[in-house]
Amino acid sequence: MNMRAKGETLITLAGAGVRSGGRVLVEGVDLSISRGEIVTLIGPNGSGKSTTAKMATGVLKPTTGTVTRKPGLKIGYVPQKLSIDWTLPLTVERLMTLTGRFSRPEIESALEAVGARRLLGAAVQELSGGEFQRVLFARAMIRKPDLLVLDEPVQGVDFSGEVALYELVRQIRDVTQAGILMISHDLHVVMAETDTVICLNGHICCRGTPAAVKRSPEYLALFGTRAAETLAIYEHHHDHEHHDDGCVVGKGGKHDHHHEHAGHHHG
Amino acid sequence: MLTDFFSRAIAAGIGLAFVTGPLGCFVVWRRMAYFGDTMAHSALLGVAISILLSINMTLGVFAVAAMVAGALLLLQRQNTLSTDALLGILSHSSLAVGLVLVGFLTQVRIDLMGFLFGDILAVSMDDIIIIYAGGAAILALLALNWRPLLAATVSPELAEAEGLNPEISRILLMLLMASVIAIAMKLVGVLLITSLLIIPAATARRLSPTPEIMALVAAGLGAVSVVGGLYGSLTWDTASGPSIVVAALLIFLVSLAVPTARLFGRRESHGT
Repeated sequence: MNMRAKGETLITLAGAGVRSGGRVLVEGVDLSISRGEIVTLIGPNGSGKSTTAKMATGVLKPTTGTVTRKPGLKIGYVPQKLSIDWTLPLTVERLMTLTGRFSRPEIESALEAVGARRLLGAAVQELSGGEFQRVLFARAMIRKPDLLVLDEPVQGVDFSGEVALYELVRQIRDVTQAGILMISHDLHVVMAETDTVICLNGHICCRGTPAAVKRSPEYLALFGTRAAETLAIYEHHHDHEHHDDGCVVGKGGKHDHHHEHAGHHHG
Repeated sequence: MLTDFFSRAIAAGIGLAFVTGPLGCFVVWRRMAYFGDTMAHSALLGVAISILLSINMTLGVFAVAAMVAGALLLLQRQNTLSTDALLGILSHSSLAVGLVLVGFLTQVRIDLMGFLFGDILAVSMDDIIIIYAGGAAILALLALNWRPLLAATVSPELAEAEGLNPEISRILLMLLMASVIAIAMKLVGVLLITSLLIIPAATARRLSPTPEIMALVAAGLGAVSVVGGLYGSLTWDTASGPSIVVAALLIFLVSLAVPTARLFGRRESHGT
């Protein structure tokens, strides 16, 4: 697997945007993902994170701009939510071969890698949130994807499970050298492993290393003052203004708290 | 071989059950029961149009059922009425238009009851050939496209992200359903076709750990319902089509007594 050249660009979005029914879902997205790189999209609900991920996977076609994929790019996808109806009997083993054929040893080692080997014969409807996420990771990984797209991978998982899942993402990156596009609400736990954080709110507000984004006024404006202190951000302040260049500015005085974030890591 | 009407009915019914079982699983998984009903109801309109234009009835029914499915897809994209209401409109109006048109066909005598409830005891050797040839084609398409069909059923988004085409899967399933309706109409009638799709599949769910086993079990249970229903109708002199459905229902009710949790879904550490 180390044959895969590190740094090779897998996918590039240039000025990409989606307009649906006269409404702009997201616009002007420029980003590229290389092998071994973890790119994280953050932003409030409705900011276009999922839309951007769907442009990357090809589920949505951009109405403006372009999406360029490396020819033959193989994508592994972990959806935001996957509810499997009771009427469909599905064991973990069968779920692993949903979009491709794999041998029993391949399935077992993929599950082993996420610590879910014992769930092989379990019905998917019986799994807990964390177990199901692990199985979905294994399912996406077994394809040996070039690009792994994770949409809110820690939803419904408790804090210790969350830390473990992000650790898993890092391991996946190290072992497979896949590029990873991750969507997340929260910053704290994400930050450690992410190479680039892109802050979205209908457009790209700011980007950079986790540390740089965390300090940027755009980030603080978008996520409000409490954001940096809470682990999961579910409430957002949407009352920001835009400069002509599309960047967000805080309302004076509202975001003038300067927190020292280093002390908030729980891991 | 198959010289008497009863063995022809058994052969035709079993052939149909082998197709409706696996296809019916998709109807249940995708919650398309009412959709299937709507397509089946439009079959009567297909019959009327076939007679008016003097074209092959199986082809006519298939074409009309497929067109109704297509009309529904287009209407759904308008995003105005809910799918539920659209199905209600299409289902009953196509049935009503069919009944009205049949009333106009004075030059031909039409056995309306035969089309509504089927007449499996009247199947000819030619019908059986159509059932087995058409059924084999439907099953072959289903088997060849099984993985993408199932992936699109679990999550269209995931299937598409990983390089499959869920929209094609959806259209394929609709065409296969239209074919089954065209084949099944003569046997069980437009009002009872969907029961053969849904009841065996619903029964099979409780007895199956994987989708593939569920499809096979549904086919088997459908065949048992056909044989049981036909012998019942012979014994008690009841209508054959409805008797098959009653047999399927009885098997379903019995299956409710089986505790699923004990059978499947165990977590274990030493393989299956």
